[in-house]
Amino acid sequence: MKSLILHTATRLLMALLLIFSLFLFFRGHDEPGGGFIGGLFGAGAITLYALAFGAEKAQQTIRISPLTMIAWGFVALIISGILPMIVNEPFLTGQWLFLDFADTEVKLSSPLIFDIGVYLCVVGFILAVIFSLEEE
Amino acid sequence: MNLLLILPIAIPLTAATIGLLFRKSPMVQRASGVIGMAALLVSVIYLSWQTYTDGIQVIQLGDWAAPFGITLVMDLLSAAMLIITAIMGLVVSIYSLYDIDRVKEQYHYYPLLHILLIGINGSFLTGDLFNLYVWFEVMLISSFILLALGNRKTQLQGAVKYVIINLVSSLVFLFGVAMVYGMTGTLNMADLAVKIAEVENTGLVTAVSMIFIVSFGIKAAIFPLFFWLPASYHTPPVAVSAIFGGLLTKVGVYALIRVFTLIFTHDIGYTHTILLWVSGFTMVCGVLGAAAQMEFRKVLSFHIVSQIGYMIMGLAFNTKLGIMGAIFYIIHNILAKSNLFLISGIAQRLTGTFELKQLGGLYRQYPWLAVLFLISAFALAGFPPLSGFWAKLSLVKAGLQIEQYVITGVAILVGLLTLFSMVKIWAYAFWMPMEEENKSEQFGKMKLMGAGGLNLLVTPVIILAAIIIIVGLFAEPFLSFCMLAAEQLLNPEIYIESVLGES
Repeated sequence: MKSLILHTATRLLMALLLIFSLFLFFRGHDEPGGGFIGGLFGAGAITLYALAFGAEKAQQTIRISPLTMIAWGFVALIISGILPMIVNEPFLTGQWLFLDFADTEVKLSSPLIFDIGVYLCVVGFILAVIFSLEEE
Repeated sequence: MNLLLILPIAIPLTAATIGLLFRKSPMVQRASGVIGMAALLVSVIYLSWQTYTDGIQVIQLGDWAAPFGITLVMDLLSAAMLIITAIMGLVVSIYSLYDIDRVKEQYHYYPLLHILLIGINGSFLTGDLFNLYVWFEVMLISSFILLALGNRKTQLQGAVKYVIINLVSSLVFLFGVAMVYGMTGTLNMADLAVKIAEVENTGLVTAVSMIFIVSFGIKAAIFPLFFWLPASYHTPPVAVSAIFGGLLTKVGVYALIRVFTLIFTHDIGYTHTILLWVSGFTMVCGVLGAAAQMEFRKVLSFHIVSQIGYMIMGLAFNTKLGIMGAIFYIIHNILAKSNLFLISGIAQRLTGTFELKQLGGLYRQYPWLAVLFLISAFALAGFPPLSGFWAKLSLVKAGLQIEQYVITGVAILVGLLTLFSMVKIWAYAFWMPMEEENKSEQFGKMKLMGAGGLNLLVTPVIILAAIIIIVGLFAEPFLSFCMLAAEQLLNPEIYIESVLGES
């Protein structure tokens, strides 16, 4: 779609949307947010870009193919599932690591890896659909 | 708690992921497809052995206690189903190496096959009604794509019917789940078994159980909900037909057996009588439909319907022998039916057609293929000493034991008609000479085995035929295994205790 307004707005909005998607993603677990919603926003940002500049350009920009993204999402899911099995706990049991940086406590966990997997799967799936629809 | 109980789901997931990551390399795809299935088979045999020796195995995923968490349970029925699924997965993936062309491989055939197996294995393992719904969806979504893979017009026609009817079934299932949750406040099957007995409004419980009959009945293709099956199963590639025909309907049967032995046992006189009638009609309609067909895979598709009737009949008897017969029948039927589908694919490779009227002369050119066909067909019809004989014998015995003479008579009659259809295929495809004008180029020139032959297609068929013969000749251990599984099913206390713990 050739529209100056859309092009300009997309450049501005896309960065905003991506940052917001990351914000939602990290906000998850205890508050509304997480991999799924974050993924929807992330996919929304790239979809907007694909609408403004075409699917081909969007594909070049994100470099990685949507299906590969889904596959890496699966990899993350499997890792987060298998990690607890190493310490003899059932598949998918949350493993937590609390780190102290100055005054803030940073929580690292296997649910975070799981959420990354969900994020990648959601983004990959939506983009796969959008790109193949654009091709038609 | 058995940590390894996740393997039947995790192994196909890993194999599918590897296949997806290396989409450009057919070699990796094929290798992950076949090796994944082999690893799955090893893991389920190991887990089944544990279940056999140590009793029901349970895992609470994420370590959230039942009835709140995600529970996976493996009893002997699940064990039997998982083993047979893994065997089918392995032979079909070998068969696919030749049967599935490069284009379909590029559209992720092997990862999809593994995702299908995730759904099937999950359905067999789950101990939670809602999770059963989720696994059904996993299974259905991948089966939609597998069915339409190749994009031919007939395929799309079949796939559309299949998709719509299965969506309806899922919706009905979801209604049922919602009503169960409304009545009892729980969805964990073991917990449900306890709580549903305390529901005062038994009429509502019966109504909900009918919803489940309809929903699982559509998936299992019972009368009068089977019409989608013969309309779609003859359209996809043969390897897909074989795994669908063997496994998918049996997941519906498994779900029926599970809920009607564990949860809905409050009014057996009513629910199981309905199942008995349904089973009778299913058997008769299926076999009559098959008698009218003249296309190899359509005949087989109608026979799936007819055979489902036998399994439901065993469940409806609700005796140890009946359920044992049903379980044994499922195992035998998956083997024989899938093998016949695989053979139909070989026949098609050799002659270029599935139409019985155009087929012919296979016996003269390929006597060994005829032998393989006879083994599977006679097993299906219930000839001694093949596997089908023992399956039918136990069901007939179970029927006579509780004096259900009419339905037992129907079952025997349907067995004869099954033989009629098999003889029809035999006569047209193998016995009668092929007309000159129909003869395809490769007919007679293509070899079954050896260099340049159809090794990859024939080996799986031989493996399955060998298993059919082994199950038939050494039936005793298999029958006693099914007997133990039936005992477990009729004593739900063991299941409930294993899941919920001593409380």
